[in-house]
Amino acid sequence: MEYLGNIFIMAISAILIQNFILARFLGLCPFLGVSTKMDSAFGMGMAVIFVMTLASSLTYLINVYLLIPNDIQYLSTIAFILAIAALVQFVEMVIKKNAPALYKSLGIYLPLITTNCAVLGVALLNFIDKWPNGKSYNFLDSTLNGFFSGIGFTFVLLLMAGIRERYEFIETPKSMRGFPIALVTAGCMALAFMGFAGLKL
Amino acid sequence: MNLLKEFTKGFVKENPTFVLVLGMCPTLATTTSLKNALGMGIAATFVLVCSNMIISLIKNVTPSNIRIPIYVVVIAAFVSIVDMAMAAYTPPLYKALGIFIPLIVVNCIILGRAEAFAGKYGFFPSAADGLGMGLGFTLALSVISTIRELLGTGQIYGMDVLPKSYIASPMLAAVLVPGAFFTLGFLMALVKILRKEV
Repeated sequence: MEYLGNIFIMAISAILIQNFILARFLGLCPFLGVSTKMDSAFGMGMAVIFVMTLASSLTYLINVYLLIPNDIQYLSTIAFILAIAALVQFVEMVIKKNAPALYKSLGIYLPLITTNCAVLGVALLNFIDKWPNGKSYNFLDSTLNGFFSGIGFTFVLLLMAGIRERYEFIETPKSMRGFPIALVTAGCMALAFMGFAGLKL
Repeated sequence: MNLLKEFTKGFVKENPTFVLVLGMCPTLATTTSLKNALGMGIAATFVLVCSNMIISLIKNVTPSNIRIPIYVVVIAAFVSIVDMAMAAYTPPLYKALGIFIPLIVVNCIILGRAEAFAGKYGFFPSAADGLGMGLGFTLALSVISTIRELLGTGQIYGMDVLPKSYIASPMLAAVLVPGAFFTLGFLMALVKILRKEV
């Protein structure tokens, strides 16, 4: 039961308190790029959750069974980004073959995910972040952390898309149209999310 | 090909941050102080120049359908060099920038320049393009961080600039997360006006 409680804390922390976009500044390019339409934001979000979960477990295995035994942890950046690129390519091929309908909706977002810093970010953070009692994440913790971080990313992406869809009907000053107003909106959301930092878990 | 033109276009005309809107994560995350911003800018510039040069040299032997993974490996190699060099020589800066040093690998400016420029042009134009874009990125980071540091702490590059009464109770939000979004948003609007886009 205690483990379940810890998982709950991890979920709240990853989604609200340490949100990838609004607290950690990771994955901002897709956040600003594909948040103009709800449909594309949803597709991107699902693809990110999927890849982040898989990437977290894959990079954990690479680190523990390949890099640490051979004492080559300084190669972690290269190893992780290659693993993520290969994983994305693999996922793309599998989905294309087995689920053409899903490929149609997610396909165009998958190649973009390789250069999404949230994915490499979660892979690196899994070895930096620790439980409150100082224990590092094990395989299951890392996978879950990737999953919840992906949910947090998607959550904020969808909120943003919902707001930006409404901007189309509002008279915005010409100089603020596009990215500037999106950034100011994100700033307001970040202010709101700072409130979650007061949550005591 | 005019080398000077390739070099200077990154400063204003095609500034990677304000005009091309690339590499947002380090732009917002590392601009809490001018010192961090300069460190990030110089590290990214080094990687950008080196990877642009190497990629322009190997462009003829790179099969086009697997070029992206090859570019990523080249970039990751230089990022690892920067990572280890900074850990050894500038530990406080290394600690302040944290995971944003390894994350230079996925900075879209670097892969974007490799794809849009270095993979098509020769060695010297690519080096000039990389240096110009890198310095344009550094310039943008410096402007953002100066504003944020001044408003958030009353200092610039760690030195007191504003009166003591301000430093005692500064506008702390500017160095926190929301301040980054607001500062960049308003600066982008300003750049749009200056470029007479509106």
